[in-house]
Amino acid sequence: MHDITFPLRWRIVLIAPALAVFIAFWLLPMGVLVHVSANGHAFATYRALLTNARYMDSLVATVALSAAVTFATLVLSVISGLLLARREFPGKRALVALLTFPLAFPGVVVGFMVIMLAGRQGLIGALTQKLTGEKWVFAYSMAGLFLGYLYFSIPRVIVTVMASASKLDRSLEEAARSLGASSWQIMRDVILPGLAPGLVAAGAICFATAMGAFGTAFTLATDIDVLPMTIYTEFTLNANMITAAGLSVILGIVTWLVLALARSATGSAVAATA
Amino acid sequence: MKLSAEPARIERSAAAAVAARLAPRHLLAFGQWFVTFALCAFLVVPVVMSVLAGLTVNYFRGVSSGLTLRWLAQVWSQYHGSVLLSFEVAAATLAITLVTGVPAAYALARSKTRLARVVEELLVLPIALPGLASALALIVVYGGFTAFRMSIAFIVVGHVVFTLPFMVRAVAAVAASADLRTLEEGAASLGATFVQRFFSVVLPNLQPGIVAGALAVVTLSIGEFNLTWMLHTPETKTLPVGLADTYASLRIEVGSAYTILFFAMTMPLLVAMQRLGGQGEIMRGVDAAHRGKNQTE
Repeated sequence: MHDITFPLRWRIVLIAPALAVFIAFWLLPMGVLVHVSANGHAFATYRALLTNARYMDSLVATVALSAAVTFATLVLSVISGLLLARREFPGKRALVALLTFPLAFPGVVVGFMVIMLAGRQGLIGALTQKLTGEKWVFAYSMAGLFLGYLYFSIPRVIVTVMASASKLDRSLEEAARSLGASSWQIMRDVILPGLAPGLVAAGAICFATAMGAFGTAFTLATDIDVLPMTIYTEFTLNANMITAAGLSVILGIVTWLVLALARSATGSAVAATA
Repeated sequence: MKLSAEPARIERSAAAAVAARLAPRHLLAFGQWFVTFALCAFLVVPVVMSVLAGLTVNYFRGVSSGLTLRWLAQVWSQYHGSVLLSFEVAAATLAITLVTGVPAAYALARSKTRLARVVEELLVLPIALPGLASALALIVVYGGFTAFRMSIAFIVVGHVVFTLPFMVRAVAAVAASADLRTLEEGAASLGATFVQRFFSVVLPNLQPGIVAGALAVVTLSIGEFNLTWMLHTPETKTLPVGLADTYASLRIEVGSAYTILFFAMTMPLLVAMQRLGGQGEIMRGVDAAHRGKNQTE
């Protein structure tokens, strides 16, 4: 269909600056990074990385942590997002504001929040010392990182759940209830399938963010064995650009694969909600 | 025996009655309230704690040791440079994303071609893939240009690549919902040129998207760490880089005081986001950008 008010010449002029910035400062550098990571003989270099037990352990740990965080975030956000989307009560706006304001916290600040909760001088440590006589300090480990990513992801996912929940057709639930379905059945067969596209999209972002996040781990402890930290250590301490580049490419590919799977699992449904 | 057993039975039947009344639906609602408040506490309590810690004379001894502004003053005198630098970087990033992102978003939203969709998906790649990789890539290619590497332009470039998708998505979402084509045809039939139409019809209609995108860009730029940590030099420390420094090396009161400074800087942006209608345009803008990221694959 010919669009008379928007000639091709103008389209090109309008898109060109953004595309130029993107190509010069992302696409081209990424291409070079992939080239550098191959170090002349791609197969041998990558085989060495993929058979290195330390790197692969770190990759597996990163994927497991990201998956666990995604799952926990989705469950908690659905429970609370449904409540917030469906009920009107005094103070609701304030509650939503409190739940969403950490949205802008960078990873480093989130790490510090975890230290406040579970660090050496943290709240959990103080409480458990009073109650059990034993001080629980778990901020500087994988558990602390889990807590941090949860902190980071929950505001984001709750917003998405609230948006998708407000679009659900409530008459479907009424119909299910009138046919004798229990609350759990309605949840499982009506509400969750309705939320699914939004949840898959939000879960995918949550996963991708956890895979690449670096600030939280950096604040908590530099010896937490997740892949972004490994890449950082290779680059700064060992000045090993080839390995750092190779591991970044692997991290990127794994993240990309999971996002692609999530997308194909919901098919056009995800695209439709976007 | 009989007597003492009686109250227990009554109690049990009362509990059963309560349980029956609480039966699934109520139990579900109770669980929902519980989780919501627990999450709220999880998110808010550490913020309150760090604000208190930043104002306390000695956090180890507790608030009873007295309140002070000493830590805030110390952080400000030591790090005000990085605060100002963060504002400069954010402003430059915003300027570039506005000039490049807004026209591109408009053109992409108006184009129905396959090529336009491909470009749209390409532009979102930098937020779908780990920021660490983008930063390494920039260093590999441009690290050799010392003047560029040492200036804040190097950080700005990283921020632009990372925030551009948020601007494009926020503006494109508004452009797609407004019927720009009809409006433009109207203006064209009255003799307006393309440039006139762009400035007097298109931009005013895109305003909500531009505002939402701008808020997202500034907020993200001020808080960006993943890329910035790799791209910064001792001369170009932004606020989150300074935060990481204080967390790693200084006492908890100083780290907390610096965090207060960060809250104070981002709070106006957050309030502005909330004001933009309930959950705010911004959330939807960011949300759309995030979904776009998912869509990219």
